[in-house]
Amino acid sequence: MPVRHPGRWLAVAVLAVLAAMFVHLLVTNDAFDWAFMVDNMFRPPIIEGLLRGTVLMTVSAMLIGVTVGVVIAVMRLSDNPILRGVAWLYTWFFRAVPRLVLLAVFGNIGILWSRVEFGVPFDTQLGQLFGIDNLHLRLFGFSSRDILTGFMAGLLGLALSEAAYMAEIVRAGIQSVDGGQTEAAQALGLSRGQTLRRVVLPQAMRVIIPPTGNETIAMLKDTSLLLYVPVSVELFFQLDAVGKRTFQIFPMYVAACLWYLFLTSILLVGQYFLERHFGKGHGTAGRARLRLRGMTAETGGGGNSGMVGPS
Amino acid sequence: MTELIVPAQTGAPAAESGLMVRAEQVHKAFGPLEVLKGIDLEVRAGEVCCLLGPSGSGKSTFLRCINHLEKINAGRIWVDGDLIGYRERGGKLHELREKEVAAQRRSIGMVFQRFNLFPHMTALQNVIEAPVLLGRDRKASARERGAALLERVGLGDKLGAYPGQLSGGQQQRVAIARALAMQPKLMLFDEPTSALDPELVGEVLDVMKDLARDGMTMIVVTHEIGFAREVGDSLVFMDGGVVVESGAPREVIANPRHDRTKAFLAKVL
Ligand SMILES: Nc1ncnc2c1ncn2[C@@H]1O[C@H](COP(=O)(O)OP(=O)(O)O)[C@@H](O)[C@H]1O
Ligand SMILES: [Mg+2]
Repeated sequence: MPVRHPGRWLAVAVLAVLAAMFVHLLVTNDAFDWAFMVDNMFRPPIIEGLLRGTVLMTVSAMLIGVTVGVVIAVMRLSDNPILRGVAWLYTWFFRAVPRLVLLAVFGNIGILWSRVEFGVPFDTQLGQLFGIDNLHLRLFGFSSRDILTGFMAGLLGLALSEAAYMAEIVRAGIQSVDGGQTEAAQALGLSRGQTLRRVVLPQAMRVIIPPTGNETIAMLKDTSLLLYVPVSVELFFQLDAVGKRTFQIFPMYVAACLWYLFLTSILLVGQYFLERHFGKGHGTAGRARLRLRGMTAETGGGGNSGMVGPS
Repeated sequence: MTELIVPAQTGAPAAESGLMVRAEQVHKAFGPLEVLKGIDLEVRAGEVCCLLGPSGSGKSTFLRCINHLEKINAGRIWVDGDLIGYRERGGKLHELREKEVAAQRRSIGMVFQRFNLFPHMTALQNVIEAPVLLGRDRKASARERGAALLERVGLGDKLGAYPGQLSGGQQQRVAIARALAMQPKLMLFDEPTSALDPELVGEVLDVMKDLARDGMTMIVVTHEIGFAREVGDSLVFMDGGVVVESGAPREVIANPRHDRTKAFLAKVL
């Protein structure tokens, strides 16, 4: 028998050589101080940073992002031109400014106000109009040092930015649902809110879920940008700090790669099951599954003919 | 079983006049396109009114005005004595709030050409969704009534089926059961059999005949001349946004007076 796929064997040989070179590099180059890396990548501050600054931050930012995103998407699709305009302005701003820059801005927003207070707007000015000096109608307030630095500033930056992207995803999902569905619901006497909650959003989910999984994975990686707020209880901040303190920067960056690989892999597995679960139990799921089966049968056939062809 | 479907015909304003639907000079335009140019229509309680006309003549639009899915530009529509979509105060019309419009729609059932069932719900869930959500019924008794309604339209064995698993005829019968679950006073049908394979048309028409026999007031947009002749109490022929001709179905079909009616009937008969 002649060799059927000379190209394939050549590729395997090249890859084998490259892999061997890479392993050789990992083992022999002193910049990879593996023992140092393993000793340091599980230290308590790093684990705390991982749990709070990476995991908790991802979950919170996504929860707020999805919630605000749905609201913005509904505003964007409303009949009211003012709501539509506000929603457009929001998505425009938060999608146009890079996340890194946004986080740097939010980290320093305390410069604008020393205190954040809630109450009657322009109270001092109103007071002056009526001849009262220093009128203060404030309900409650915080020192912005307490809330608008570190974790909260980072969370706000990531969540508000995420909301803009989620709004576009949710809008596409809502628009993917046939208009006849809304009409049928309204003809039954359902309100707009009920129609959205019970009829439109559940059907939009199948379009919304997959990109939301991608957004969550992107968010997990983007928590490393919190270094620029800065947020100190965060994985990359801590690894970076150890590296700079010990002048062993490279092993700690490798540790960061390994941590993010580990965390995103968990999310990828979760995403796989979520998408599989979401296809089930829906009206057209049976048909979709049939279609899928048809497609795999087709590609299987295509593969076979491709194998047979050259021989 | 019959009392499940047909609510008692007791509406006082309708009883006075005997009218379930009254439309007066209804005008509707989409931008510059004038679709309805002054439609008058009266349907008595318990009657079946068949609406015929060529495609684009405004039949669907008129039907959608009756439950305020479309806002009319001029004229008035009453259903069972209630002015649809507006409140008259001091000789002026004020638009009803969204909630009030929704409340009016609850007593008007609608069946669409393309069924518009909710694909993420089973047949039974489709039927009980609105009554449960709107607090008409508790879940348990709604399920019982919903099952009885599906039994009534011949789908007692399909309660747990999703729309994607049903034939077109079966889907349309679920859609009829869904509309009936709100115990409407009036049912609107917009070409309910036009999207069906010919062999499935009969099963849907049978359910509608049954409903008519039980005294439901119905307005049916259809091209099924046989149905109009057999079941209809009145026939209205529309073309170009106006009512061209109306009367008893047999009479209009046998002796159309207008050329446009003649031309249309010649095509569909
Ligand atoms: N939402 C809409 N916007 C613009 N034009 C419309 C809309 N709905 C219907 N039309 C137009 O109104 C006319 C009548 O439509 P329709 O009521 O659906 O007719 P029929 O049901 O008798 O076939 C058609 O010319 C159609 O294109
Ligand atoms: Mg139509």
